[in-house]
Amino acid sequence: MNKELVSSFYLHRMPLRAAFFALSLLIPASAIFAAFIGGEVNRILTAHTVDALRTEVGFFKSEFDRGGIDALSAAVQSRSSISAFTLYQLTRLDQPTQVGNLKGRFDDVGESGLVFDLSDAALKGSEKAAGIAIVVPGGGRLLVARKIDTQRQFADYLRNLTFFCVFALGALALVIGWLASQRLNSRVAEIALTTRSIMGGDFTRRVARDHSGDEFDHLASNLNAMLARIEDLMGALREVSDNIAHDLKTPLTRLRNRAEAALRDDSPAAHREGLERVIEEADGLIQTFNALLLIARLEAGAVDATLAPCDISTLVADLVELYQPVANDANLQIISRIGSTPRGEINRQLVGQAVANMLDNAIKYSPGDSGMDPGPIEVSVSQGDKCLEIAVADRGPGIAPDDRDRATKRFVRLERSRSRPGTGLGLSLVAAVARLHGGELRLEDNEPGLRIVLALGRPRTTSNQKATVGELDRVDSSATVAR
Amino acid sequence: MRLLVIEDDRETAQFLVKALKESGHGADAAADGDTGLAMARDGNYDVLIVDRMLPKRDGLTLIETLRGEGARTPALILSALGSVDDRVKGLRSGGDDYLTKPYAFSELLARVEALGRRSEPEATTTRYIVGDLVLDRLSHKVSRGGESILLQAREFRLLEYLMRHAGQVITRTMLLEHVWDYHFDPQTNVIDVHVSRLRSKIDKGFPKPLLHTVRGAGYVVRADDE
Repeated sequence: MNKELVSSFYLHRMPLRAAFFALSLLIPASAIFAAFIGGEVNRILTAHTVDALRTEVGFFKSEFDRGGIDALSAAVQSRSSISAFTLYQLTRLDQPTQVGNLKGRFDDVGESGLVFDLSDAALKGSEKAAGIAIVVPGGGRLLVARKIDTQRQFADYLRNLTFFCVFALGALALVIGWLASQRLNSRVAEIALTTRSIMGGDFTRRVARDHSGDEFDHLASNLNAMLARIEDLMGALREVSDNIAHDLKTPLTRLRNRAEAALRDDSPAAHREGLERVIEEADGLIQTFNALLLIARLEAGAVDATLAPCDISTLVADLVELYQPVANDANLQIISRIGSTPRGEINRQLVGQAVANMLDNAIKYSPGDSGMDPGPIEVSVSQGDKCLEIAVADRGPGIAPDDRDRATKRFVRLERSRSRPGTGLGLSLVAAVARLHGGELRLEDNEPGLRIVLALGRPRTTSNQKATVGELDRVDSSATVAR
Repeated sequence: MRLLVIEDDRETAQFLVKALKESGHGADAAADGDTGLAMARDGNYDVLIVDRMLPKRDGLTLIETLRGEGARTPALILSALGSVDDRVKGLRSGGDDYLTKPYAFSELLARVEALGRRSEPEATTTRYIVGDLVLDRLSHKVSRGGESILLQAREFRLLEYLMRHAGQVITRTMLLEHVWDYHFDPQTNVIDVHVSRLRSKIDKGFPKPLLHTVRGAGYVVRADDE
């Protein structure tokens, strides 16, 4: 039996077997319970009867006290004649016959009361009666009893009713439980079926939801979110392999062509130049490769341990300073608006590289050489509610809203960038760094131009410093350099 | 300098030994961690070039063992693992510098030469002098031919680093690492722009340039007659 069969066997058979097992327990259990109820009712009613008989005996005692044995005998006689359920028997030592409507000898009955069988009495059948007997002073015995068959029937009826009710309730519970487990099973089976078909390669499948808000609906919703992520990753993987084929093969082909061309040429100078250009191409390939590996590692979350407290404002200001001369050479100016921020737990190198990529991107796409005033590149750092935002805004051509999602994917170079140098991995690295820090990369419209926002979600504050609104608006004029 | 290359790939090791010898250094090779450790103990080398993944004993353990024995020979770690935490691990084990494969030989040579001269007590030197260029580390003043030159803080650190290694080729990545403390690839020519700004401040108007570009490698500060 393979694993799948085993699991489906347990999924579908176990609750049914459990139901039969529970049913087989339910019958004796409700019988015991019903017997207990019946017995108790009988006991209580008998005790009541005995109490009533005691009152009766009290009456006879007072008759005896008033008029002696003859008065007692008369009272018994008169009571016997009017009562059908209560039985009386007076045995006198001085007379051979018994007085009363009960015949027979019931010597076991004593003063404390006893349930006894009337079978050997003149009265028919095996009826039961509860009775008490007292000794009459001066020679005699008075027995007062009452038939308790009606009471016993009532107790039996209650017992049966109890048995039926308990059994019915139990069975109902079992049926409900079984139905619930069937539903559970069918939901689980449904999810299992979906996951199996996904394992089979159909990544578009989703677990059906009933939007009831129950646990399974939650589970399905979470599973679907996970599946969407997996589909994304698979899509990214496919896209990456397609793009690797293109973006790595192209320089590899160029490299090969150059080596071949140099070989065909006989002059040492051409050899030298060919080799130099081969190295150049190789360096470009290495750069692309390193960026790819870094992104892959970031997405695997493998560099989490290297987070350390860092002053993000200083980091960004340093990077602006690093890129300022490059921007100035391209006739651009960088204006920074850096608010004081709490120190955050970040990976300084990675965030540094991400911000460097953002600056590099802004410089690359600002229309610096067109003769018109391109407008400044604006860099800002601000502390939001939950995250710290580093934004770099340029006045370049921007990215159309439809293309923004695509722009952060690996290797995607929108048409505008095909002609410019770069690995095409810059923004996807920024996105990966953002994700590693629990944040996100946002591309916004700078009207005109592009505003890239690196939101770092996790920077845990390591000091009590908090940026106020006033501080955020402080323009760091020292970093503003005129053209 | 006497250098020891501990690298298990024969071709790489041969290439390095040959190229290092051509650059005027003595170089030996060891093919595994144990041989490398034994040679490093006895050989009196100036710098060790250690591959991170080695048969018998990996590079980091080798360096840790040497450091545990009190040997302070500078070590350059070569590794295919290039992410930030790998680097941190490498330096924590006692390595002095970390270079990710694949690398340019000029980068390796520049770093090895910088490591080899590190044994000179640098912290006690308060002034660097190259030709008529003087940098005072205490007063943060720079002058050339008696004429004071005003540098921004970063430019000062850039010049300080170049002058500390006067006569040695310093690569762009070395500058990015030591002057800015970044270990990533800036993609554009940011360092070149900073160096050319520095150059315009210290060389402009003087007949002899001191800050030279070494093609395909980096920069060097050197008085021409040296």
